[in-house]
Amino acid sequence: MQKRQNTFKIKQTIKLKNQPKIIGSYAIVGPKEGQGNFGPYFDYVMKNDHFGEKTFEKAERKMLESAVTGVIQNAHLQPKDIDLMIAGDLLNQIISSSYAARAFQFPFIGLYGACSTMAESLAIGAVLVDGGFYQNVVCCTGSHFSTAERQYRFPLELGNQRPPTSQWTVTGAGASVVSLEGEGPKITAVTFGKVVDWGVNDVNNMGGAMAPAARDTMLSHFRNTRTKPDDYDLIVTGDLGKLGSEILIDLMEDEGITLGTNYGDCGQMYFKREQETLCGASGAGCCATVFNSYIIQKINEGQYKKVLFLPTGALLSTTSTQQGDTIPCVCHAIVVEK
Amino acid sequence: MEDKKRNEAYNKYVSAKIPKTRPWPSLFNSFWVGGLICLIGQGINDIYLLIFPNISQQTGWSLTLITLIFIASFLTGIGVYDQIGKFAGGGSIVPITGFSNSITSPSIEFKSEGIIYGICVKMFTIAGPVIVFGVASSMVVGLIYWIISLF
Amino acid sequence: MEIFLTYLWVFLVGGLVCALGELLIITTNITSARILVTFVLIGVFLEAVGLFDYISDFAKAGINVPIVGFGASLAKGAIGAVKTHGFLGIFTGGLTATAGGIAAAIGFAFLFALIFHSHTKK
Repeated sequence: MQKRQNTFKIKQTIKLKNQPKIIGSYAIVGPKEGQGNFGPYFDYVMKNDHFGEKTFEKAERKMLESAVTGVIQNAHLQPKDIDLMIAGDLLNQIISSSYAARAFQFPFIGLYGACSTMAESLAIGAVLVDGGFYQNVVCCTGSHFSTAERQYRFPLELGNQRPPTSQWTVTGAGASVVSLEGEGPKITAVTFGKVVDWGVNDVNNMGGAMAPAARDTMLSHFRNTRTKPDDYDLIVTGDLGKLGSEILIDLMEDEGITLGTNYGDCGQMYFKREQETLCGASGAGCCATVFNSYIIQKINEGQYKKVLFLPTGALLSTTSTQQGDTIPCVCHAIVVEK
Repeated sequence: MEDKKRNEAYNKYVSAKIPKTRPWPSLFNSFWVGGLICLIGQGINDIYLLIFPNISQQTGWSLTLITLIFIASFLTGIGVYDQIGKFAGGGSIVPITGFSNSITSPSIEFKSEGIIYGICVKMFTIAGPVIVFGVASSMVVGLIYWIISLF
Repeated sequence: MEIFLTYLWVFLVGGLVCALGELLIITTNITSARILVTFVLIGVFLEAVGLFDYISDFAKAGINVPIVGFGASLAKGAIGAVKTHGFLGIFTGGLTATAGGIAAAIGFAFLFALIFHSHTKK
């Protein structure tokens, strides 16, 4: 065991001095996602959304399970090496994650960070590993278009049109293994975000609701780490979508920070134009699959040296929406370095 | 207080930022698809009147609507109606076929929760308000006519 | 020639009613349930003030197939039943007139729900 260094905290940001590594990553997606822009980078593309299961909920659960199995293999570990599983998803009472955890019998922390769950689980996992409490931690999340659609919106067969600001929930799951031993990109800092609500209540405009949360976390992260956008090779938000990322650029401009060509949004880049997803992709699986395939691979290849990954999550429920409440949002950031 | 002002300003800014879609293509699509569904209805009605010349116009309409409801329900089942709806919007929501679709789609969707709690309970999640408002307003109309008839 | 003119009216009026619904969707972003409720209420109103039959005379299916016709039947049933049965008609009229449509919608929905599974959107 190497000598432990002092991890310290500046306000919301924790600097991880022992630099836990992401020693394995795995992404599994549905067929539509496989045809998208990141298609060639995914580990596995399902042939159909049912994944051989009777219901879509069971398919989502199976997707999470196969992501965990896959990531353990990719990290060259055995299931007995895993000390802890941190996972979350979009369904009520995060059932998919809990059932997946049941299948593996790992100690389990269930999270609900909506679409920000990937960064939230990685951040918590990294802190626990950095503190020496756990050796190998699996962080995992996913979403399924059909389960999210029927929980949050309308039945699949209903003949309605999607509003121009709506986004497409990604069918996919991503998983990472965080550990001190082994090779892989290092997590050097994490920033846990506050819940931000700027009074948007249009559930079809998640980008607009979540952009202020991304702004808040981004500002405190830059302030606490004394960095600026140019210090990163890639700054990537989760699923703000086309509209939301444009709003974020404007909001940051107001603060005197220019997000240049090194800024991107997973949701905006996910699908091709002809796939008709309007404002882009969303869902916990969106940034989870991009992070665990494209971003990790590009860091390993050396194209990116320092990446700021800050997915946002909209913490609403159908009940709060129907009661006319506005949408509370959160954004967690992690810094990943080569 | 300051938050409220900021939120109002932000909401105004966001609604200005929302991309404006050109309304004409979707209006045109819903126009011709909606018109076509009505044409099909008229065709079915004329055929019924041709086969059964003795039925009244009202009975003819009832049979026509039942036929259209059957077709829409079937198209919903095989997964075609939502694609028509994606293309036509109001054109396939406003006709009686849209009503049929709004009853059949949740029934199929929630089949996985069982026949009683899935199909039967969720059947009216979308169409329920239509029946409630329709029946309630017809009662109001009936009440008004009854009061008028008293004098 | 006359039949052609009839069908033209059906197409034009039916299309116009549907386009009106689409216009409501575009301008106010309301959901399909609200659209249906709005048009049923329009139908009830048109029948109650006696305008519906005038439109129905030349537009035929163009106004009867849209859910407006459903609303009109409800109101027509209520009025007719009040005339024949008096007070009781307020309660029995509307549903009696539309029983066929509602029963068909429920019956077929139940039948097809038993047969088919939901499909993922493309």
